[in-house]
Order: sequence, then structure tokens, then C-alpha cells
Amino acid sequence: MSPRAAARLEQLDFTEVHEYSAGKLDWMAAGLATEGENAARPRAGTVARTDVPICGVDDRLGDVRERTQAAGWDVAVVTNASRVVVGMLRAQELAGDADVLVERAMRPGPSTFRPYVPIKEMADYMSEHKLDSSPITTSDGSLAGVLFRADAVREAEGCPDCVRKMI
Amino acid sequence: MAAAIDRDRLRELVARGAQLVEVLPAEEFREDHLRGAASIPLQDLDRDSAARLDPHRAVIVYCWDAA
Repeated sequence: MSPRAAARLEQLDFTEVHEYSAGKLDWMAAGLATEGENAARPRAGTVARTDVPICGVDDRLGDVRERTQAAGWDVAVVTNASRVVVGMLRAQELAGDADVLVERAMRPGPSTFRPYVPIKEMADYMSEHKLDSSPITTSDGSLAGVLFRADAVREAEGCPDCVRKMI
Repeated sequence: MAAAIDRDRLRELVARGAQLVEVLPAEEFREDHLRGAASIPLQDLDRDSAARLDPHRAVIVYCWDAA
């Protein structure tokens, strides 16, 4: 659609026309702000908790468990140096052998969701699939936060019209 | 021919005064749009609607995605 709009503007004598081809999806997937009726409504990215413990694949599981529990969490996200999500450690994995490396203990490749998904849709999806928590990532895979189902359900109850499907 | 740009380049151009135009249907614009964007749906894009824009400044058009 935007290439046609750009071509039309050039026909209309606009001399400097650019096309942001990745579009609004790219902008919102990066967690960037928008304006409009939905802008103030809760979404996955605004409800997600951002202080989740993160660790690397070469960390010792026991160290991560101590750090995670000390921070009051029962989940940690495994990322690379650029905060790209590569795995998850939920309670079951965190309870494993303290001496193994995270790489051996983590659940690789967790399902991730984009920050712009309406919270009602996230709440429904997480309830249907029995997901207690899900990483929220930007379009380049970087961790934006972790959304808990309980938080999503609570926020969705206050936002019944957040129903547009984006997953 | 229009130049394809990425998110970083968009920010640079907007900071220098480029005009943002969303060409999706008005309903989608009402829901969400980039800050400061104008709504000119593709079906409505003609000489009259384009008169809202300054032809001497850069224009950036966008829709939902590259599809």
C-alpha cells in the first residue's frame, strides 16, 4: 500500500518522498509509543514487568536460582549479550541441579509476544494455553519484559473493549 | 522513485521536519498512528487531499507492514 501511495505523491509533484516500508507494525513491535484511541489502553508491553532477572547460558544454575529468589521471582529469562531471548527458567527448571549450566537446564525457544498486543487478547491466550508467564520481546527479539497471566487477567477486566486480534 | 527507509532514518527525517502520512483506512488510524502523522487513506489520496501537505518538505508514507 505505501509504495503505491509514494508513487502517487510523486505524480502529484512531491519531490522528496520516503517509504517506511516496515510500517506501523515495525514501530509498534519495537515498543514505541503511538497516538490514537488504543494508545492509552493497556497492552502486553505496558503491563509486563521489566525488572525480571536475566542470565546467560554459561551461568551456573545455582547462582541464578539464588539471585532470582533473592529478587522475589520464580522465573528468569535467558538472553544473549544483546538481551535477545534464548530461553526461560521457570520454577521447575530453577529447582534443578545447582551445578549445571543454564544452557542445560533452560527451556529453549519460549513463545514470545510483541508489546503492542492488547491485554485482553493476551489474557485470553494465556488462559487458554495455561501460560503463567510469557516473555514480551521487540521485533529484534530483545526482551522488553515478562507478562504474568494474573496481571494480564486483572488488567483485561478493566479493559473489555481491547479486543482487536493481533496475535 | 521513493526511497525505502527504516525506523532510525524515519526518526532522523522527522526531526528535520519531514511529514508523516499514514495511508491505511481512517479507522485504523484512529486506533493507533505514529506521533504527528496525518491520515490520508490510499483510496482518498488525490490532489485535493494531498494539498494538506507541504510539497516542499519531505514526506514519509507508511501503512501496516511491507506486505
